[in-house]
This record gives sequence, structure tokens and C-alpha cells, in this order.
Amino acid sequence: MKAPSFAYAKAKSLAEAFELIERPGARILAGGQSLIPSLNMRLASPELLIDITGLKDLQGIDRRPGGLRIGALVTHAQLQRSDAVDQHAPLLLQAAAHIAHPAIRNRGTMGGSLALADPAAEYPACALALNATIVLVHRRGERRVPAAKFFKGLFETDIRPGEILAAAEFPKVERSVFLELARRHGDYAIVGLAGVADASGRRIAYLGVGATPVFAEQASRAVSLNAALELLGRDLQPQADLYNSSATKLHLAKVLLSRAWTTLSKPH
Amino acid sequence: MDHAVETTLTVNGTRITRRIAPRVHLVDFLRDELGLTGSHIGCEHGVCGACTVRVNGDIVRGCLMLAVQADGCTVETIEGLSDSKELAPLQQAFHEHNALQCGFCTPGMLMAAQDLVRSGTKPTRDEIRAHISGNYCRCTGYQAIVDAIEATINGKG
Amino acid sequence: MGKAELPLHAPGTKVDRGYIGESVPRPGLQRLLQGRGAFIDDLRFPRLAHVAFFRSPYAHALVKKLDFKAALRAPGVIAVLDGRAVAEYCTPWVAVLAHLKGIKSPPQHAIAIERACWQGEAVAAVVAESRSQAEDAVALIEAEWKELPVVVDMDDALAGRNVIHPDLGDNICFKREHDTGGVDDAFSSAVVVVEETFHFGRHTGVCLEGRAILADYNAGEHSLTVYHATQAPHMMQDIFSRHLNIPEANVRVITKDVGGSFGIKVHVYPDEMATAAISVMLRRPVKFVADRLESFLSDIHAREHKAKVRLACSKEGDILAFDLDDVTAIGPYSVYPRTSGIEGNQVVNLTGGPYKHQKYRAKMHVVFTNKNVTCQYRAVGHPIAVALTEGIVDIAAQKLGMDPAEFRRRNLIADDAYPYTFPSGIKFEKLSHHKTLDLLLQKMDYKALRAEQAELRKQKIYRGIGLASMIEVTNPSPAFYGVGGARISAQDGATLRLEPTGMLTVMCSVTEQGQGTEAIFAQIAASAVGVSLAKVKVITGDTGITPYGGGTWASRGAGIGGEAVLLAGRALRSNMLDVAAAMLKMDKAELDIAGNAVVHKLTTEKKLELAELGRVAYFRPDTLPLDFQSELTVTRHYTPRQYGFTFTNGIQASLLEVDPDSGFVKLLKHWCVEDSGTVINPMLVDEQLRGGVVQGIGAALFEECIYGPDGQLLNGSMADYLVPMAGEMPDIVCAHVETPTMQSQLGAKGVGEAGTAGAPGAIMNAINDALAPLGARVTRMPFTPERILKALKKVD
Ligand SMILES: Cc1cc2nc3c(=O)[nH]c(=O)nc-3n(C[C@H](O)[C@H](O)[C@H](O)COP(=O)(O)OP(=O)(O)OC[C@H]3O[C@@H](n4cnc5c(N)ncnc54)[C@H](O)[C@@H]3O)c2cc1C
Ligand code: FES
Ligand code: FES
Repeated sequence: MKAPSFAYAKAKSLAEAFELIERPGARILAGGQSLIPSLNMRLASPELLIDITGLKDLQGIDRRPGGLRIGALVTHAQLQRSDAVDQHAPLLLQAAAHIAHPAIRNRGTMGGSLALADPAAEYPACALALNATIVLVHRRGERRVPAAKFFKGLFETDIRPGEILAAAEFPKVERSVFLELARRHGDYAIVGLAGVADASGRRIAYLGVGATPVFAEQASRAVSLNAALELLGRDLQPQADLYNSSATKLHLAKVLLSRAWTTLSKPH
Repeated sequence: MDHAVETTLTVNGTRITRRIAPRVHLVDFLRDELGLTGSHIGCEHGVCGACTVRVNGDIVRGCLMLAVQADGCTVETIEGLSDSKELAPLQQAFHEHNALQCGFCTPGMLMAAQDLVRSGTKPTRDEIRAHISGNYCRCTGYQAIVDAIEATINGKG
Repeated sequence: MGKAELPLHAPGTKVDRGYIGESVPRPGLQRLLQGRGAFIDDLRFPRLAHVAFFRSPYAHALVKKLDFKAALRAPGVIAVLDGRAVAEYCTPWVAVLAHLKGIKSPPQHAIAIERACWQGEAVAAVVAESRSQAEDAVALIEAEWKELPVVVDMDDALAGRNVIHPDLGDNICFKREHDTGGVDDAFSSAVVVVEETFHFGRHTGVCLEGRAILADYNAGEHSLTVYHATQAPHMMQDIFSRHLNIPEANVRVITKDVGGSFGIKVHVYPDEMATAAISVMLRRPVKFVADRLESFLSDIHAREHKAKVRLACSKEGDILAFDLDDVTAIGPYSVYPRTSGIEGNQVVNLTGGPYKHQKYRAKMHVVFTNKNVTCQYRAVGHPIAVALTEGIVDIAAQKLGMDPAEFRRRNLIADDAYPYTFPSGIKFEKLSHHKTLDLLLQKMDYKALRAEQAELRKQKIYRGIGLASMIEVTNPSPAFYGVGGARISAQDGATLRLEPTGMLTVMCSVTEQGQGTEAIFAQIAASAVGVSLAKVKVITGDTGITPYGGGTWASRGAGIGGEAVLLAGRALRSNMLDVAAAMLKMDKAELDIAGNAVVHKLTTEKKLELAELGRVAYFRPDTLPLDFQSELTVTRHYTPRQYGFTFTNGIQASLLEVDPDSGFVKLLKHWCVEDSGTVINPMLVDEQLRGGVVQGIGAALFEECIYGPDGQLLNGSMADYLVPMAGEMPDIVCAHVETPTMQSQLGAKGVGEAGTAGAPGAIMNAINDALAPLGARVTRMPFTPERILKALKKVD
């Protein structure tokens, strides 16, 4: 199927992007790896696409005190090649390998993935586990939103009209584990687990179990695997998908928890 | 009504300027406007890989990039990489191993495979399979394709 | 005796087989490797118009009103047409065959009139200057619908509370019963009786290239040229001619490159008929290429079956009887012209096929539902018959405590028992079950694998080994379709022409869809005539050029088309020797052809280059004797007739690992031993098997068209319908036993469908073998992680 008609503008500056975004029916185009398929299926019909891929402000991976700032336009492939990510947020590196396939990773962006907030996507769950801060910019200034408040519903985030996702900031966490169960290489997973641990404790988030990525709060705090498995049933009320019932998803989430537990429970 | 945007890009070494409707994706542009019909369309939702082309040196899904986004870009297609002989070793290995049947997936498959060949790594069979895991082939069952890529990279016959 | 004069398989003789049996790479592949093929969508035509269809969003609904006003005003729109408008140019069809007694189906139009019977059935067509514009206008069509009761489930269809086509009385398209007698006695006397019900998920072909047609009507000569991605150009020529009322000779069907077919592209599709009709109506070239989303809604589906099978067995382990009850749901219409009754019919014919029991009873119902239509798809009926046969055989072996390989050895029909009539009525010329079993067990080192499996189980690693023996229909005679009144050719023809330069042009009615048909025809022609492969050019897929024939389906290309090429090659060679004898003033019997030259038969001394022969024959025939006329173009045909089908046999094995925690299956390796008679090109045969196996694995593990209770297809995109990709597929080891068929001189049987026929059964048995120590069994394909977890009672 062919996309419906729309206009296109490539923003040359953030200021221009802010102006364009006010136009009726305007929509941001980043890597296009989620937006263009939906256009090609005529599931979306924007009037104007604002291509932000030329904006320098949204690019680059920078080391910051205590963490990492990843620009919205950093592609999955760039992230995979980054030493800084390897050192400061290895979880993201582990997760990126599960996203689609090389040709898609060459264009798909971190910002696009977070902004889309697909509950089965890898980065949103990682952002939750890592307690990332999402940086949103607007004509009138910047807003910093913790990941826990950013994902609000199915494909729904805290991005307000006129805002652009500029970057995500990730605190440094070395011990992490990312696991997922996907039927085929590169598919969106049935269920995935993003877990980190440091002196302050464990943080385990799930993908593929609800309308948003879900932080398994009680399981994260559990003292033993058995307790965690028990508590996970309270953290998660997975929604069924085409191939898996809610019970299956919960079961698989537990399987992943068992597999991740040792890594996340070593003493510091 | 079609909001055409003037776009200049280099395709297989030739600079081209066209007014393009934004909704036209890169593969439709290459096929319909430039007559480069080697890049194929198998799904238009990013899953099958038949449309794989190279933009600024990286492989991309041609159906998931608007042609207007290629403004200022260098685009290489199966036709270009065949003429430049860059693909010749892979093409020969594909031929010898019968790594294509109907040949519909082949241009995209070769683009994905060449990406791995160019990376300079020595992948295992599993890594080869992973690298082409986004390229659908209904005919071959993939083994001959893996064999051909392995032979090209590792010089195995 | 010279080369290639004997039947290639004549026992006790050593024949120069030329290229037969050689793994030569397919000539002419560079075109496809360089992206320079000619698929339908690659063709460029002046004044080409594009069609897009407005398809029913409902599974069953009356079309109360269609409003085209807005669509007609949209930019680029040339015409917007409903079913009645198209029916003026294209007559409807009814897909029944006389030999499927009692089969019924209502008339079907190119575009539905008044009522849509499945979600995706086209109810209007938009013709525009571009595909995008046509789609824009489709979105502007306004329709008023009245929803009708929907029949989705096959049991509901059978029960018949809602009848989809009231004129037909019930929802039963076709039923068949078969009984050798003595089945009840066998079961009551048997020590071991096992029973299981198997479910097969409806799935589809997903050719990478969508269905494609470009019809070009010339009003000046009332002629229609159709560029069509089809497997059967002559069949389509006949159909276009009859339904569009154009004299047969004025219809030319040209099939260039086809991006995969697998049976998907051998049927008559309403939207394709509409495209041809619209070309006639608008007097211009018109193109339709199904996009991926509409492919899922309109390409034929297949294999939705529920089958209960029972097996009776003696205490020693001898199978005594099979009892089968199969139901299959086919959508609202039987598909033209092959009908949708054949798949179920095959299940009845083939179930129990490899084994020597004498008692067999079967009952089979084909029912209408409000889902997309189903019809023949690669290996038609075989995957069902093989899986349920091999599934129940394994259950019996398990109950007896016998090793599955031993149980098969005990029951497979003996290799010296042929010719043999199986209790379903089918006849086997000569099969080699025991040879293939032995070779398989040796190739896979069965004993060592079993030992390893036992060892790993102690470490809670659950590996499974699954076997699937099978028989397969190939080289069908007119008994398949022709006897039922279908205008589908069981014979094929080949024309060979010696060109003046000594090259050979081969024109054959069997088409190329990637299997390598053209390559093997070149091998056969080169071998039969005595030229090198590089001298042969093969042309297929053009009703204006090739002899008449059936095309590509039912594993018939090599066995039937190949035989026609062989016969034509030998005749041409003889004619060439006549010319040589006249030129050289020698006795024909002293001459032979080898290495592109006429040679002395005994001394092999070169006598005459073929280029010289060609030059004289074409340009200086004045130098030949007055009473001599050279005939350097020869046509021969071939139809298999002694047997209804030339059965092949084979056996597959799967090795895999099941993770009982996640329900995930990891495929480790697959073996396939096949007896397809004379192997013309081992590499191509292996690649047919491998591709087929992976298609079968798709059915076993991934592929299913999932419908909601309202008849909506829920996974109609490649993101949701899972096909096998490279990452999960195993390496596949192939090996061969060669038992040539004596019906032809070439001795080749078919092989294109074998992989797909056997793989699902082998995978199922391997999974169940892995699950056996855990007391679980799966019987519902595809075997998703959830279904495995449910069998393990890990989830409800
Ligand atoms: C076959 C296939 C398989 C895939 N598999 C996976 C997978 O397994 N896991 C996974 O995570 N993803 C997967 N993806 C999606 C891919 O990762 C996308 O790249 C990603 O979801 C979106 O990033 P993008 O840059 O392409 O965004 P786009 O498609 O350009 O945009 C997506 C949405 O985000 C908005 N947006 C984008 N950037 C910004 C911004 N900076 N500020 C505000 N809004 C913005 C857009 O308006 C749009 O609504 C897959 C895609 C395909 C085609
Ligand atoms: S056509 Fe682009 S991925 Fe299928
Ligand atoms: S060769 Fe046909 S799809 Fe790959």
C-alpha cells in the first residue's frame, strides 16, 4: 500500500522545527522506521512531516558526570558502536542488539523509540530500569521528565504539543542484564526484561507486558528469587497478544526473572 | 497538492535532481522515476528486506525512507554495485551455490550480505544468519545463501 | 551404441549421460543477480493504468449501496467500477470437477455483486494513472453495508445453522468416504489402538513477489496480451479466452520472471480476471500488483484441517488398519479451475501411505466458511496426511515401547513389493522406503543421536528426534484434473531448434519460477543432442511461442517437461545426423554427435562442426540431394498415462531442542532422504528440498492465518504473520536414492514439494519426542511456545 499525500519540511534549526511543529497535522519524522510503515499502511495521515534528522543539537553521545547523555537522533547502530555506552550503560548495548535488523538499526533512533513508546520496544524498558531522564525541548525552554513519569499509556508519553524529545540521560550503571524472548531474531519480543543493580538496589523493568513498559517494583525489592517470582504476579498484569495469553506472558516474565536473578543479586 | 520538493541526490555515481512528492518512498522513486527496477518491493512495511539499498554507505530499507529524505545523499543500488564489480565475488558465490531461486529477494539479500563482507569480520554461520535475518527468502531455505556468504568471506568453496 | 539412445535408466548398460546427474549452476542467473530481471512490476508500458480494489471490510455482508462520486473526482482517476460493470466483460465461473462427485460451489464473479463473503473480497475497482492515486480514490468510495451472519468455525459450518449459500442447501462443498471393509474387525481384534486429533493452522504462500498481472488489450485486432506471474500460461490463455470472449488464438499469455509461486500463482483470482476485463473495457494496458496487505486477504490460503485418526496394531507391532475423519474449511468458494476439494481428497488418498496395512476407512468433509478461500499450495494435502500418519505411528510405537525407526522398518512397504496398490486405491510403480530409511539413519547417525539424547536428558536438556516417512504425488496424469472436465493440460511439449551457428533453442511449455526448470531442460537438451551447455538457450512462459502444455505444478516439470525435451532432443539429433549423412555422403549409422560436432561413431573422429551443418542446411540447401529436406526444428510431447501419478517416497528427520521453561524450540539439524527417480541436477534437487523443508518448518512452528470470531484476519501483515527467516533455520542434509520411473526414458520423478510435505510431521514428532519424558504432547500446528507450555501444563 502507498502512503497518503502529505507535505514535507526538513528543519534546519531547532527554532524552525518549533515553528513548523505548530502547524496543523504536523508530525515529527526521525528515523522513520516506525512512522513510515504506518504511513505505508495508511494507518497515519499527517499533513506535514517535519524531518528533524538534520538537527545537530539532537545528535551525539556525551559523557556527563555520573552518566551519559544520548541525543534523540542517535541511531541504534551508532549506539551499538559507542564505547561510552559500553562503559556507562551496557544495558542499552545489550538491548540494541535485539532491535530489528542492521538496515533498520542504521536509521531508527533512540528518540524515535522513546517518543513512540511501543510497549514491546527495548529502549523504553531500559530507560525505566536505568531511571533515565527524558529531556524535552520546547520553544519556551526545556523540561526534564523521569522515565517513570514519561510513559503514560499505549503509545502515549508525556510529550506535550510543541515539544521535541532532545535527549535521554542515563546514570552510570555497570551491572545489568537484558533478556528477551522473541520468536525470531529481531522481532519485537513476547516479553523482555531490563534489569540493573548497584549499591542502591535492583531495578527490573519489563517490556511486552502491558500498555507501557512496566517497572517490577515489588519483585525488584525481593530478598530471594522465590519471593521475587511470587511478587512479580502483583507487579505485572500482562495483556494478551495475538499469540500469547496473559498467563503465558506472566509465566515467561518469570522465566526471564529466574535467568536474570543471579546477575542482579551478586553482592557489591 | 502533491507538495513536491526539489531533491538532489547521487544514484550509482550520477547526480540527479527531481521534484518528488514527499509520499514517494525511495524504492518507488528508484524504480518508477529512474527505472532502476532491481530493488524490489515485498512488503512496504520494513519486514522483508527486498528493498535494501545503500545510502551514504549504510544499508537501509528503501521502503522506509522517503525519497525526499535522500536529498544530498549518495544512493547505491544493486545495479550500481553490479557495474562497479563490488558485488562480483558474492554474485559468483551465489551463482555457484544456487543461493537464489526466483531471484526476487536476491538484490536485497546481496546488499545485506555485502554489508557483512565489507565489515571485515570473520563471522560464524550463526552470525551470518543473524545478519541476514531481516531478509526474507521464500525459495531457498537460506542454507545456500549462508554457504555462499561464508564462501565469499572465508574463501571456503 | 551411441550416446543417449537408450533409456537413461536401462539396466545393465553404461550410457553416456552427458550432463544428466551433474550439479551445473543454472545458466542465465547473472540477470537476476544484477537486479536485471523482468518481473511484471518491472515492465514499462505507455498509457499504463493501475488498478486498486475496494475490498469488503466485513466477512459477510450485503452491499446495499456503493457511492463512487468522490472517488470519480479524485486526481488521476480513470474509472471506478462495480461488479456489474465488470461482469459485462467477464463471465462468472463455478469451480467443480466431475470426478469429485457431488462437489458444489456457487458462481463467482470477478468483482462481487451485491454480497461479499469474506473480508478482503473485492467489491469495486478503481483505475487511475498511478497506484497511489488509485488507492487515494479507493479511500473515497462510500459503501453502505448490511452485515450477515458469519460462519467462521468449521464445526459450525458443518452443523449448518447458518448456510452461507442458501441455494446450495448446506455448507458442505464436498465430501468423500472410503472404506476397504474390515476396519471395525481390525480395530476390535487389535491389541493396540491409538487415537489422536490433529489440528492444522490455515496458512498461506507469502511469495515475496505479490501476485501480478499486466493486461494489454488491442482493440484493433481484438487481441489480449497478458503479462502474468502465473504457473500455467496455457491454462490462463484458455480461461481469458472463454471468460472474456476473445478467440483463443488472440490471447497470448507471457510469463517472465516470477518471484515465487508455490501453487499460489496457479489459480484464477477474481481481481486478476477483473484487471484483464478492465483492459478490454478501457482499451489500454492495465496493471495490478497485489501489495502485501491485500496478498494476505486474497492470495489463496490452505491447509485448515482438523483430523481425527485412529490406528490399530498387533502386539508384535504390525499396523492393521487406519481410520480417518478429516474436516477442512475452504472459505466461501471452491477456487477455479482446480477446485478446493483436491486438498482433502489428497489427505484421504495419502494417509497411511508408506505402510503395508490393508484396512483403511476415511471420511472427509470440505466445508464453506466466511474466510478467505483456500486451494492447492505446495505439497497439497501431503503435509496433513504425512503429519497425521507419522504422528499416530509415533504414538503407536511409544505405546508399544518400540523405537520409532524400528516400528517404521517393520511396517513400511517392502522394497520388492511393487507394483503395489494401496488400500486408498492409489498405485505405486516402485518405491524404496527401506533404502531411504537405512540411508537416513546412517546419514544422521541415529544410534549416536539417541545415545546423546539420553545423556542430555540427565542434564535436563530435552532434545527430540522426529522421523517422517512419506509418499508423494508427482508427474500427474490426466487423472488429476482432466478427467474431471478441467481444461488443464497433463501433457507438455518441447520444441528444439538447431540454429545456423550450431546453437540450440529449446522452447517448453513448462515454466520457470526459480526451481531451475530451464537449467535442467538445457542439461537434457544438450545431453540428448550432443552439444555443450553453453550452446543451449531455453525459452519458456509464452503461449505465443512454446508448445501447448500444463506448466508448473504438482512436481511435474522435470518428469513431464523434461521427458518432452529428451524426446525432442533425440529426434532432432537424428534429423541432424540425416543432414550430416547427406553432406558427408556417409551412412547415418556411422555418425554420432558429440562436443558440438558430428563425429565418427567408432573412431570419434570429428567429421563436421555443427555450425557448418547449420550453415549448409539453412543457407546452402541447394548443395544437398534434391530429394532431401532437412528438419532442424522438432517438437515432441509427453503425457504420463500408465499410472495416475508417479509416486515418489522419502523420509525426513528433525533434531531439535525444546526449552520446557519457555516453550521455545531450537532447530538443530534436519535430514531429508528422497527418491525422486533420475536426478538431473543434484544441486538443484537439494535446493528444492531445502527450500521446501523450510516452508514446511514455517507451517510447523510459525505460520497461521488467525481469524477473529467475526471473520476478521488478525495478522495480515508480515509483521504479524511469521514466516521462517534465516536466524532460526537449521542446516539441512540431503541424500538420494534413485529409483527411476520406467514410464519415461528420462526416469525422473518430481521433487518440488517433497520437503514441504514431510517437514511438519518430522518437526512435530521431534517436539513430541523431546516432550515425552515430561508427559506432554502437542497436536495443534503451528507449535507456538504457548501451545507447548500449555501441553506442559505450565500455563492454562
Ligand atoms: C521490521 C521492523 C522491526 C522492528 N523491530 C523493533 C524491535 O524489535 N524493537 C524496537 O524497539 N523497535 C523495533 N522497530 C522500530 C524501530 O526501532 C524504530 O526505529 C523506532 O521504534 C522509532 O524510531 P525512529 O527514529 O525510526 O522514529 P520515527 O519512525 O521517525 O518516529 C516514531 C514516532 O516518534 C515520533 N518522534 C520521533 N522522534 C521524535 C523526537 N525526537 N521528538 C518527538 N517525537 C519524535 C514521531 O513523530 C513518530 O510518531 C522495528 C521496526 C521495523 C520496521
Ligand atoms: S519492501 Fe521494504 S522491507 Fe519489504
Ligand atoms: S529466491 Fe525467491 S525469494 Fe529468495
